[in-house]
Amino acid sequence: MAASVLRLVHPGRRWGLVWIGSGSRQRSGTQTVPTSNEARGQSSVAQLSPHTAQKPRKGEHKWAAVVGLEIHVQIASNSKLFSGAQVCFAAPPNSLVSFFDASLPGTLPAGYQITQQRLPIAANGHLTYSAYMGKKRSQMLTKTVRIKQIQLEQDSGKSLHDDLRSQTLIDLNRAGIGLLEVVLEPDLCCGEEAAIAVRELQMILQALGTSQANMAEGQLRVDANISVHHPGEPLGVRTEVKNLNSLRFMAKAIDYEIQRQITELENGGKILNETRSFDYKLGCTMPMRDKEEKQDYRFMPEPNLPPLVLYDATSLPADADSQQVVNIDQLRDMLPELPSTTREKLVQQYGMLPEHSFTLLNEVGLLEFFQSVIKETRAEPKKVTNWVLNTLLHYLKQQNLAVSESPVTPAALAELLDLLDSKAISSSAAKQVFEELWKAEGKTAAQIVSEQQLELMQDREALEQLCQATLDGHPQVVMDVKNRNPKAINKLIGLVRRASLSRADPSLIKEILEKKLSL
Amino acid sequence: MLGRSLREVSAALKQGQVTPTELCKKCLSLIKKTKYLNAYITVSEEVALKQAEESEKRYKQGQSLGDLDGIPVAVKDNFSTSGIETTCASNMLKGYIPPYNATVVQKLLDQGALLMGKTNLDEFAMGSGSTDGVFGPVKNPWSYSRQYRERRRHDELGDSHWLITGGSSGGSAAAVASFTCFAALGSDTGGSTRNPAAHCGLVGFKPSYGLVSRHGLIPLVNSMDVPGIFTRCVDDTAIVLGILAGHDPKDSTTVQDPIKPPMIPGVMDVSRLCIGIPKEYLVPELSSEIQSLWSRAADLFESEGAKVIEVSLPHTCYSIICYHVLCASEVASNMARFDGLQYGHRSGMDVSTEAMYAATRQEGFNDVVRGRILSGNFFLLKENYENYFVKAQKVRRLIVRDFKNAFASGVDVLLTPTTLREAVPYLEFIKEDNRTRSAQDDIFTQAVNMAGLPAVSVPVALSNQGLPIGLQLIGRAFCDQQLLTVAKWLEKQVQFPIIQLQDLMDDGSLVLENGNLTSASLT
Repeated sequence: MAASVLRLVHPGRRWGLVWIGSGSRQRSGTQTVPTSNEARGQSSVAQLSPHTAQKPRKGEHKWAAVVGLEIHVQIASNSKLFSGAQVCFAAPPNSLVSFFDASLPGTLPAGYQITQQRLPIAANGHLTYSAYMGKKRSQMLTKTVRIKQIQLEQDSGKSLHDDLRSQTLIDLNRAGIGLLEVVLEPDLCCGEEAAIAVRELQMILQALGTSQANMAEGQLRVDANISVHHPGEPLGVRTEVKNLNSLRFMAKAIDYEIQRQITELENGGKILNETRSFDYKLGCTMPMRDKEEKQDYRFMPEPNLPPLVLYDATSLPADADSQQVVNIDQLRDMLPELPSTTREKLVQQYGMLPEHSFTLLNEVGLLEFFQSVIKETRAEPKKVTNWVLNTLLHYLKQQNLAVSESPVTPAALAELLDLLDSKAISSSAAKQVFEELWKAEGKTAAQIVSEQQLELMQDREALEQLCQATLDGHPQVVMDVKNRNPKAINKLIGLVRRASLSRADPSLIKEILEKKLSL
Repeated sequence: MLGRSLREVSAALKQGQVTPTELCKKCLSLIKKTKYLNAYITVSEEVALKQAEESEKRYKQGQSLGDLDGIPVAVKDNFSTSGIETTCASNMLKGYIPPYNATVVQKLLDQGALLMGKTNLDEFAMGSGSTDGVFGPVKNPWSYSRQYRERRRHDELGDSHWLITGGSSGGSAAAVASFTCFAALGSDTGGSTRNPAAHCGLVGFKPSYGLVSRHGLIPLVNSMDVPGIFTRCVDDTAIVLGILAGHDPKDSTTVQDPIKPPMIPGVMDVSRLCIGIPKEYLVPELSSEIQSLWSRAADLFESEGAKVIEVSLPHTCYSIICYHVLCASEVASNMARFDGLQYGHRSGMDVSTEAMYAATRQEGFNDVVRGRILSGNFFLLKENYENYFVKAQKVRRLIVRDFKNAFASGVDVLLTPTTLREAVPYLEFIKEDNRTRSAQDDIFTQAVNMAGLPAVSVPVALSNQGLPIGLQLIGRAFCDQQLLTVAKWLEKQVQFPIIQLQDLMDDGSLVLENGNLTSASLT
């Protein structure tokens, strides 16, 4: 079937509006005042966008790109927004459809999509995110992007058009699922920055339990509005790239589109205000054929839904039934820890570098992995951080695995780090053990150590004999030591280690050698 | 037996004077005899007989469910009925069998009522004559009454001279007026229950918006639609309202407060009552006969000690235009769901999905529906929204305020005409188009819908032609009980005559034991 996935838009089907009581809404929307605006604006845009291919060539004007995002997030709920039908990914088509979702005549308010577009549940917010950016990528910048509004709406059904047979197949499983639409102001400047901001939003939503925000399952979809202009001049004509469903493709699509617009303009062309899609195989954006895009949705207020009034501590009526009203302040107190706080805590508690805290949170499941290891091992947090971020993550990336797919469990790593911590094995032996553990042959770290005889030599007398034999066998090196060649002692240590089959503790070897050489 | 009121027949059932099955069969037989009225789209004979059988069992075991157990009722064909075709008198829904009952239908069935069938209407309830449905027009039973025919010249008695019922719930009105059931559900968006009630000599009640669930009522204008009740007397309306009223989780606009069934006292002292007469309702088009009945009704209240004052509802003249803008806008969106995909008619056009949608809607809707969709979409266009929809909403607010001011000035109930004139012959009616007729016929009724108030049309007299005339009483929001109490008082004073259909009944089943043949005291 020649099928492209489009939104279900019926003839005359439009978006209704929900009335939301305006009394307390504004208050709730503006209670959080943006705190760090300094990083926003043209200067930072230019500074932050070197890796998009818009470096000015000699004699050319510099281009600045402006990117705004609309992020559709599927709300993690058991049922749809206005019906009891279940929400479940990859269920058989049309298996999760109530009378209401099928908009049977007489079910209210059904038969059109409902959005809060004109009276959103929140407005005028901001999202703070940090990243290494800039030419040298050495400086961590904390930036904010303004959030124009957050609105609730219903997802539409899914239609599959078969052009060949001019048939349409409809799946209403998705119809009526609650969506959160986050509209960001055009404060972003490139694909990478957009990806960082969306990732931060994704983590916040996951922390709140608002959404699983799994992009691969379509729980988070992004539409990007992109334009380019010369700094100091009015913004350019924008295009919209729709339905971006992975961070990587989103960044690619945005950067491609920025470059395409610059090239187009530099060649004397014009940018059309159009909707485009991103072909991830070709790595380029192209105009969509969707006729519905230019449609006037003909919004009207939805009379079937009474106003939802949001209260806070000051506006809450004294006689209000706490089960029946929404109290913003009460909800605020119940908020779980947000990613920025988690990162701060990691830095404080474990003394890790801020960038390490970012990495731990950015990789899905890595923080939980880290915390499990910490819980089970006696090893220093710094050592755990080092092993998780360097060794484990390195292996995962090399094999393109998710944290959840790691062959080494947190418990296994914890055991390994315990062996290292108690000086039962050397760190090079530990690396060897880790590699064995990665093969996932069901052996514990201790088993591997004993099978491969990787434990450190605990017998001082034996080690002293080994040292003596090495000194006896290498008179020239001993002479070098005596002649105060600073590298010679290390050579001796290396020789002893080799003789011990890497099982000796280098610091102990050094101590014995120094004693024997009366240094 | 069939000529009795619901309350009377309910008592007869309890006393065993008649069984539910006997009653059901009598009604079914009368439905067949009056088939020419075209009151019913679907007669649910089997369902009704089965329900009657079950009801009979309950009576035998002394486990009657209440006043409605075993009572034949009819339901307008824009209420969803599980397992029974629900068409809205439109090609679009021909053959559509809903899988669920509208809340009001379910409530009637839960009380043991017998569903006789689904009644005729204007397509999707858009009209004021019950003439514009795909199953043809409904004929007013009064066309065949002795009272009307006695006053006709011989050449005016031909078959082509029959009268319209009014609409859009004309089928329900004809069903109750011709004694084929004891109560019927209509819907009322701009007067669709009160208008045919007035033309058919019935009590037609529009409850306060939010008192009765709309779940399962196929919407016309969500912010104005209410299920309406047709009965032959006010007491019966109160019984049915008592069953239907109350919060429904499936209709968020129903009020949460617990509702007590209305108790209508037998004797009422009107001397403490203040009746308002809105001066703007005295329009040049009002028939002099109705005008004089209106004023005599006011005198009647005054003579019994009520205070009768003139009040002003200054924005009345803008109401009908504003109503049409809001109605069309909602129609445009409410009708969006009918695309041939999930239920109802689907065109055979298969060039493309878009072409199928367009052809389905072209074939499925009549001109009236398509016209309203078109104008509604026009009003909602970005560039028109402020000028039409928003302005109409603002005017609506002013109309609501007019009523509030009137009630705040001490008025308990407003007294107005229901219609400009009595029922007209079909051939006369169709000289004007649906839009023009709706604008004329909803003139006194739609403002009440805009304000969400309860209102009732009470038949008060026969015109010189021998046709029923109704007057409208409008109450404060959620003062439905008070309104019905006043309506009952008026009903008692006017002694409206029962329709004389004996000539048409060959088996004499309509011999009315309690038939009151005196003429109305207002004439």
